[in-house]
Amino acid sequence: MTPDMIYGLTGIAVFAIGLAGALCAQDRLRRLLALKLCSMGAGFLLVVAAWRVPPDAPDPVPHALVITGIVVVVSATAVALALIRRLQSLETRDDD
Amino acid sequence: MTTDPMTFALFLPLFGAMAVFLLPRASVAIGLASVAATCGAVLFLARDVLAKGEVMTALGGWEAPLGIALRADGLSVTMLSMTCAVGLLVSLGALDSFKGTGQMRTRQYFWPLWLLLLTGMNGVYLGTDIFNLYVMIEVIALAAVGLTVLSGTRAALRAGLEYMYASILGALLFLLGVGFVYLHVGRLDLAGLIEAEPSGALSAALALMVVGLMLKTALFPLHFWLPAAHANATAPASALLSGLVVKAALYIFLRLTMYMPLLDEIMVTSMGVLGACAVLWGGVQALRAERLKLLVAWSTVVQIGLIFIAFAHAGPPGLHESWKVAALLILAHGVAKAAMFMAAGRIRAELGHDIIRDLDRAPVRPTLAQFTFALAAISIIGLPPSLGFIGKWSLLEGAMSSGYWHWVVVTMIGTLLSVAYFSRVFAGFLRFDRMRNPVAEHQGWALADLPPLTLALAAIGLGLVAAPVLSFIELGYPFGAAP
Repeated sequence: MTPDMIYGLTGIAVFAIGLAGALCAQDRLRRLLALKLCSMGAGFLLVVAAWRVPPDAPDPVPHALVITGIVVVVSATAVALALIRRLQSLETRDDD
Repeated sequence: MTTDPMTFALFLPLFGAMAVFLLPRASVAIGLASVAATCGAVLFLARDVLAKGEVMTALGGWEAPLGIALRADGLSVTMLSMTCAVGLLVSLGALDSFKGTGQMRTRQYFWPLWLLLLTGMNGVYLGTDIFNLYVMIEVIALAAVGLTVLSGTRAALRAGLEYMYASILGALLFLLGVGFVYLHVGRLDLAGLIEAEPSGALSAALALMVVGLMLKTALFPLHFWLPAAHANATAPASALLSGLVVKAALYIFLRLTMYMPLLDEIMVTSMGVLGACAVLWGGVQALRAERLKLLVAWSTVVQIGLIFIAFAHAGPPGLHESWKVAALLILAHGVAKAAMFMAAGRIRAELGHDIIRDLDRAPVRPTLAQFTFALAAISIIGLPPSLGFIGKWSLLEGAMSSGYWHWVVVTMIGTLLSVAYFSRVFAGFLRFDRMRNPVAEHQGWALADLPPLTLALAAIGLGLVAAPVLSFIELGYPFGAAP
């Protein structure tokens, strides 16, 4: 088993755990965190795509993609968190 | 090149979005000007494509695979024109929907979100590599969720959050597929993918991307987020979401299947089966819907299903023809559904509610909005001479000639269902015997009815020029004109 296989399978496993959470979790925050886990898994896989047997230098393209992906996911998470907070405050206000 | 229309189509709405965000007082003027200017850029692009078949440009002079290339052909310009033209008319309609001081906040946020959405969609239609497509669908998702929750009600926020989850998950599945593709091919540009050796891993990558796109475009059974999101948004936002946003994912799907011809009989058939389920389930749900906007939203689920049936109607050997039928139905639905959602919004604004059961009790009859709704319904049901009819007719003809009779049956049942659920609305429009009060003075129309009416007339009128539209869609088809 080569290192890239191990990392690749880990990435897929992490994605699968996140997917299960995103589909099954009830709590809003939990579902968001599960989606974050999915993004980690996908990022992992991209990093593996960059790996080359040393002494070859790793491929920089997937690294650039992962960084872009992180930026995208951060902004998506921020929007989702803002929505959750707003919803939370609307719901508690109505309960009073 | 700095005078390239593709660059303008991408950056005009982006800079417009920034400008309206910085200068909220001038939002209407800047917003309308940006959309109109983008329409102009698309017109120039259409002229170029008409002359050359396909146009390519490398942003900043960096060629692919290192830089980002933009490419336009008949299909992408068709999608761009639909987006800009529908977008411009919806923008004009939004002027009326968001007027008044009470809507100040809504107006202030509508324009930047809508321009950002336009940027994302133009980026998808011009993009040439799958990672950029991923980034653009995320841009679209963020702007679309913003538009969904624009009204700020609890129902809209709930629906928007559900939409957000579905969108993120869809995009991540797509990203995972992109990762697999890079792992196996080492390239991300579409032109590179077509040279790739077909393999099981590549098929798996395509399957992941397709599932992600199905989630984004709301194909049954991944449609769960759509009805609530589209029914609870404000009218212009619903028109944009239902008419345009779901089409971006459909377009990527069509492109991927062109450049990754890996679909076998089972995959194509199962897409058609899912489409058939969407047509039947969505039809039944539309029959049961209590509110007008919810009915229209379920009809979007039905139409997405129909587009997938159109894609699958001739099996894998017919894919080089059937994508055109799917594109025609995408165009027909985009125009008609935007008109229909805006008309539904107008009816709701005049009546004060949109409960279908009580439509016939209303003493106010916004006649022109009702007429617009009916015209849009004609195209969505698929009655001649509308564009929807041409699309459905080509579907049925193709399915018959290739011997796939089951698609004919499903399409006919879907058509009957759509006649049935739209008849519920028409009955409400035309019955006067259940009214308790005499019909009020205001019978007619307002200036705000004109944009949806124009769109509905376009949906009917485009059917008359379907042949030139179809030959335009084919321009620059990467595999040459189909035999």
